[in-house]
Amino acid sequence: MKIDPRISLIEERLKGIRRVIAVSSGKGGVGKSLVSSALALTLARRGLRTGLFDMDFTSPASHIILGVGDAQPEEADGIVPPVVHGLKYMSIIHYVHDRASPLRGVDLSNVVTELLAVTIWGKLDFLVIDMPPGISDVVLDVLRLIRKAEFLVVTTPSRLAFETVRKLIDLLLELGVPVLGVIENMKMGSSDRIRREVEGRGLNFWGEVPFDPRLEESIGDAGRLMRTEFGRAIERMAAEKLGIT
Amino acid sequence: MAEAVIRTASQIAEREGLIEVTEVNVRLGEIQQVDLEVFKFALSQLKTQELKKARFNIRRAEARFRCRACGCEWLFSADELDEEAREAVHFIPEAAHTFVRCPECGSRDFEFTSGRGVWIESIKGVRE
Repeated sequence: MKIDPRISLIEERLKGIRRVIAVSSGKGGVGKSLVSSALALTLARRGLRTGLFDMDFTSPASHIILGVGDAQPEEADGIVPPVVHGLKYMSIIHYVHDRASPLRGVDLSNVVTELLAVTIWGKLDFLVIDMPPGISDVVLDVLRLIRKAEFLVVTTPSRLAFETVRKLIDLLLELGVPVLGVIENMKMGSSDRIRREVEGRGLNFWGEVPFDPRLEESIGDAGRLMRTEFGRAIERMAAEKLGIT
Repeated sequence: MAEAVIRTASQIAEREGLIEVTEVNVRLGEIQQVDLEVFKFALSQLKTQELKKARFNIRRAEARFRCRACGCEWLFSADELDEEAREAVHFIPEAAHTFVRCPECGSRDFEFTSGRGVWIESIKGVRE
């Protein structure tokens, strides 16, 4: 017999969290980290108790977007995440900093389990998870370990991106996992193909975020990010779709 | 870790209909460099009612790695790491892939063959 005791702790660690939003995509490079960061900032700025958990363990980016700097967790019968821009923020970068983390599937599963078991989030209205791309280990572990997770899916207008997103959506729908909606990021043309595809599946189309050439300049500055066209679009969508005031 | 062990042992006891647990056999992997005495003390402080009389037998599991690139196997010792790396591996053992390399070929692609985490091997007790 080999029983992993961490699993029993996870439910306890998450019980104070009202909603968990996993920002996901089948494809990399569609803007998940930017959407996660802007969504979490929006929620925190509305006075909601919010956490942001970067689960893209091999390619974390949210710390760069937010300019997390040297903020470090504290140890207190577990790990208490630092508060960054009003968010409780957890990432593997607190431990490996800017070094490479080459992790195989079993290692990724262990990191998910370990951090879920030790992180003390306390009471939160929202925990936003910046997910890695694809439908492999981390997504499967979130589905297994965080039963209350709702998925917000990000795509671009690219047919290549949406083909992988479609697979993720189909999987989530097949499993009966709540899908909050789909955001079409980096919109440049006028095609409504993504909207039709999304609504055709009975899902909520959160909207289009126009390609914003100024977005790159806001990386590292949370305030500036939220003043971009991108930031304002995410804020507007979150307010409308999550019913926050 | 201690909290997780107590919680899990209590859940197993309840599931198995044990009114009293007499023995819990735990393996403590060495990768995370957990202080045995601190761990024992934490267990004793956290014991729930059905575990009050339980004896916790804790056996260490040595930290062994195997390189996936060249097959080299070696014993890992956190003493070889600097303080920052030791702390990282303590909280997230997989951080070893960031700080440790195969002593033969230098690869970071290795697996933990022994000594990762804490796990319960068996529980003994009295049924209703």
